[in-house]
Amino acid sequence: MILTAIGVFVVCIIYSFLLSFTSSRLFPSFDFIGFDQYERLWSTQRWLVSVNNLWIFGLLSIGSNMVVGYLLAVFMDQRIRQEDLFRSIFLYPFAMSLVITGLVWRWILDPNYGLQATVRGWGFADFSFAPLVDSNTAIYGLVVAGIWNGVGVSMAIMLAGLRGVDSEIWKAAKIDGIPTWKTYLQIVLPMMRGAILTAFILQCVGVVRVFDLVVAMTQGGPGIATQMPAIFVIQHITDRANVGLGMAAATMMLLPVVLLLGLQQFIQWRANQKRMNS
Amino acid sequence: MTTEALSPSASRVVEGPRGAKPKRLTISRIGVYAFLVLAALFFLMPLWVMVVTSLKGMPEIQMRNLFAWPSELTFEPWIKAWDTACTGRDCNGLKPGFWNSIKITAVGTFFSIVIAAMNGYALSFWRYKGANILFGLLLFGAFVPYQVVIYPLILGFRQVGLFGTFPAIIIVHVIFGMPILTLLFRNFFVSLPPELFKAARVDGAGFWQIFFQIMLPMSVPITIVAVILQVTGIWNDFLFGTVFAGRENMPMTVQLNNIVQTTTGVREYNVHMAATILTAAVPLAVYFISGKWFVRGIAAGAVKG
Repeated sequence: MILTAIGVFVVCIIYSFLLSFTSSRLFPSFDFIGFDQYERLWSTQRWLVSVNNLWIFGLLSIGSNMVVGYLLAVFMDQRIRQEDLFRSIFLYPFAMSLVITGLVWRWILDPNYGLQATVRGWGFADFSFAPLVDSNTAIYGLVVAGIWNGVGVSMAIMLAGLRGVDSEIWKAAKIDGIPTWKTYLQIVLPMMRGAILTAFILQCVGVVRVFDLVVAMTQGGPGIATQMPAIFVIQHITDRANVGLGMAAATMMLLPVVLLLGLQQFIQWRANQKRMNS
Repeated sequence: MTTEALSPSASRVVEGPRGAKPKRLTISRIGVYAFLVLAALFFLMPLWVMVVTSLKGMPEIQMRNLFAWPSELTFEPWIKAWDTACTGRDCNGLKPGFWNSIKITAVGTFFSIVIAAMNGYALSFWRYKGANILFGLLLFGAFVPYQVVIYPLILGFRQVGLFGTFPAIIIVHVIFGMPILTLLFRNFFVSLPPELFKAARVDGAGFWQIFFQIMLPMSVPITIVAVILQVTGIWNDFLFGTVFAGRENMPMTVQLNNIVQTTTGVREYNVHMAATILTAAVPLAVYFISGKWFVRGIAAGAVKG
């Protein structure tokens, strides 16, 4: 069983990798042309825009999800009333599909009937917030939706991390007269490296795979303004019938994942070394 | 990483929040609540907008009042979304998608969990050669971008004539659910006392006997987590549904997207929002019923890290 699953993964990855060196169009062929597809890929405007978007979307959404997630977790940690209620509210978007997230936000950001029109109706005639229709700002509309969907998860994981910190630390900090916010920032934060790494990696994987959100919200447009690698690959193996190029793009998508996993292994390995030395 | 992620959330229930008990409302307390309430409003806003939009008639929507409660309640959009909304030429609403999703989710969840439980069990107790390498590969599998694997899978399914059929979409969900679920079960079984297993061995129990009579009854909690993870995961899937399911088995998320993206005629935002809520209903119900279990599911999903 397990072997079949792994076999499928390994065989498929190798197959995709091989195809990226061929001139396959609609159907796979094994006419090897070396690195041509990669050269073509990196001179394709659509792909360059995709990669650029992935960076913008990734940096902004991961950054905000981590920072806001930690902030929410810290505020939730203040022995507040109705903690469960707040947690449910922050987390429920995550239970919903990214397609739904995308469709809802597309409606809210609708320039004619959505948020912008409503606020203008309140008397703020100059109010303008309709990022999706402008190709320069469409990507930021995606970021807003991504944050709405993903902050709760970071919050939940980091709150678990916060609660896992030894309570003696808090007593010690109190005795030393360190202000609470400083304790959170300088003492507790570094201590919950595990939770932070977990949240971070979870977010990264989500970003590399982001597909549903874009399809539901902008379909990659206006024009090619919100193209993403995940969509690029799917389009090239279906409508655009250029399997070789699509597979080259897929291989490029695999690269950051491999690097990230390598980094994680390295950190774990170093932690083990430290533990052995001490 | 699992234990790290799982145990705090479990122990938290007992411990509760820490810090001095608030005696009176200070300015900083008010600040804390103000921040949390504002954040909560941001998170609730889309849900509110969805609900009120779905209950309005089109004329009222065109009055551009996104947040207002409908002056005239109508359930017409809901009925239309369920029954007669069009995707291209088919005007059957969301209901075929709903039943497809139910079928796919039920069968997919069942098979992926049964298989993953056996895998996890085999990996943790019957250490065969190369188990560690297998484990590493599984971890890798949990991270691989789907796009790298999809095309060869399409070719494979075409070869055996399964492309665009019900078995195809089930197999895909089982395959992609496997890494994370196997890790989940393996980590659970590893945390059980090994004496249990040894004692059963001494008593002459075999591979299957131990699995069915000892391990399965003990793994109810982890199975609940796995079910939550899979049901929401498979229900919310969009990519695999579009690529592998074919027209006959189109899941609800794909149908929803098709309905909304259909550009002929007037865009009926109220119908779209009703359809969106209908599609979100199942995972939301799972979320609110399961409560703390869902959080544990996420923490467990973080095994990936």
